[in-house]
Amino acid sequence: MALDKNEVLEGLIEIIVDETGADPGDIDPDKTFADDLDIDSLSMMTILTLAEDRFDVEIPDDSIQTLQTVQDAVDFIAGD
Amino acid sequence: MIAAGQTRPGARILAVDGVRGGRLVGNAELAGPISSSDEWIRSRTGIVTRARAGAETSALDLAEAAARRAIARAGLDASRIDVVILGSVTHFRQTPAAAPALADRLGASGAAAFDISAACAGYCYGIGLADSLVRAGAAEHALVVGADKLSDFVDPADRTISFLLGDGAGAAVVGPCDRPGIGPTVWGADGAKAGHVGQNIDFRQAVATGTWPTLRQDGPSVYKWAVFEMSKVARAAIAQAGLTADDIAVFIPHQANLRIIEQQVKRIGLTAGVLVARDIIETGNTSAASIPLATERLGRDNPGLGGKLALQIGFGAGLAYAAQVVELPSTLDQPANNERNSHGIGQE
Ligand SMILES: CC(C)(COP(=O)(O)OP(=O)(O)OC[C@H]1O[C@@H](n2cnc3c(N)ncnc32)[C@H](O)[C@@H]1OP(=O)(O)O)[C@@H](O)C(=O)NCCC(=O)NCCS
Repeated sequence: MALDKNEVLEGLIEIIVDETGADPGDIDPDKTFADDLDIDSLSMMTILTLAEDRFDVEIPDDSIQTLQTVQDAVDFIAGD
Repeated sequence: MIAAGQTRPGARILAVDGVRGGRLVGNAELAGPISSSDEWIRSRTGIVTRARAGAETSALDLAEAAARRAIARAGLDASRIDVVILGSVTHFRQTPAAAPALADRLGASGAAAFDISAACAGYCYGIGLADSLVRAGAAEHALVVGADKLSDFVDPADRTISFLLGDGAGAAVVGPCDRPGIGPTVWGADGAKAGHVGQNIDFRQAVATGTWPTLRQDGPSVYKWAVFEMSKVARAAIAQAGLTADDIAVFIPHQANLRIIEQQVKRIGLTAGVLVARDIIETGNTSAASIPLATERLGRDNPGLGGKLALQIGFGAGLAYAAQVVELPSTLDQPANNERNSHGIGQE
């Protein structure tokens, strides 16, 4: 069953805020994790693992390379 | 009917000590061949230097120096040790094991002695075994040593693990107690992930190709396992000791990566006031030696830790892991014995 993308976005933002201390207002779907949000590969691994638990999905370890923007992650988690 | 041996109500750690490789190697020295930088290594791992020993020093030499200090600190004569357990993955022989030679060098003649190959979990595996042996009456005093000279297995051009690694040995003396001073060991292994850290080739391949084996890892997946799975194991060790996270005063995880350590503190739910071992910053990852070395440093830097409860967890190649809550020994505080410089073995 596909997840609701707005719910995924909201949940993902919560995880990112908790993990990085970023201001939720600064996180929108077009932002890239690495350059815009300054999230390195280890923080990204933590965020994706927390997302796996929260949304009960499996995100392969090497997806870090392909999930560049917040929207990429939302789409992947929601099952696009 | 077979008579039962004399069992004991508990065991405890009487002393911990260790030695590090004598040369502190900075990040800049290693960055070139792996196109890395001091900044990258610091921000991803917390490591500023790693302690490395010279060519003439072996893992067994490091083990001996650490063991002598721990035994002296325990105020024991080596002849009172009746089992020697050595955790190491850098002894050059498949057989004989290094532990019998170590026992002989120390004057623990006749002690049962064996090596365990549990990599970075070796020390906590050893403490679990020693606790069981002392409580079961199979030994009165057990010596547990974690000793690794990882620099013998690094490839300067490898980006995955070599730049993390250092050399050292740490040792603990475990003896009887009228109550448990070591909590239940929560341990295990996940052999499905055996390929995630270890030697790149076996010794037959090494001979066939004329290439010395070196270490490799799949860093991101080991990171994920260490942060999330190991935090669960750590929580189980606290619960099995009948404690809660609030009871833990000191956290001494395997020194693999400072980022892993900080995540574990958060995910285990340790209190804001917990004292956290961060020996990795200066010493690097010394595999089986890292927990006792980190304990030694905490004792040196923080007088008054004797009697405090510490959570320790080792994890690494195998993937193998073990965790337990231990009561820190009062001897951590004792003033330096004569050659009390925990640096300085195998200076190049
Ligand atoms: C080894 C470790 C530091 C690598 O960090 P990482 O962020 O996971 O590295 P990745 O492989 O995901 O690579 C991320 C980026 O850093 C680069 N990189 C990898 N290793 C690098 C190095 N040594 N120096 C500089 N850059 C490096 C990669 O090329 C990649 O760059 P790109 O995004 O431009 O493609 C990290 O995974 C780790 O510490 N894992 C835990 C392992 C551990 O502690 N093991 C011991 C257990 S006993």
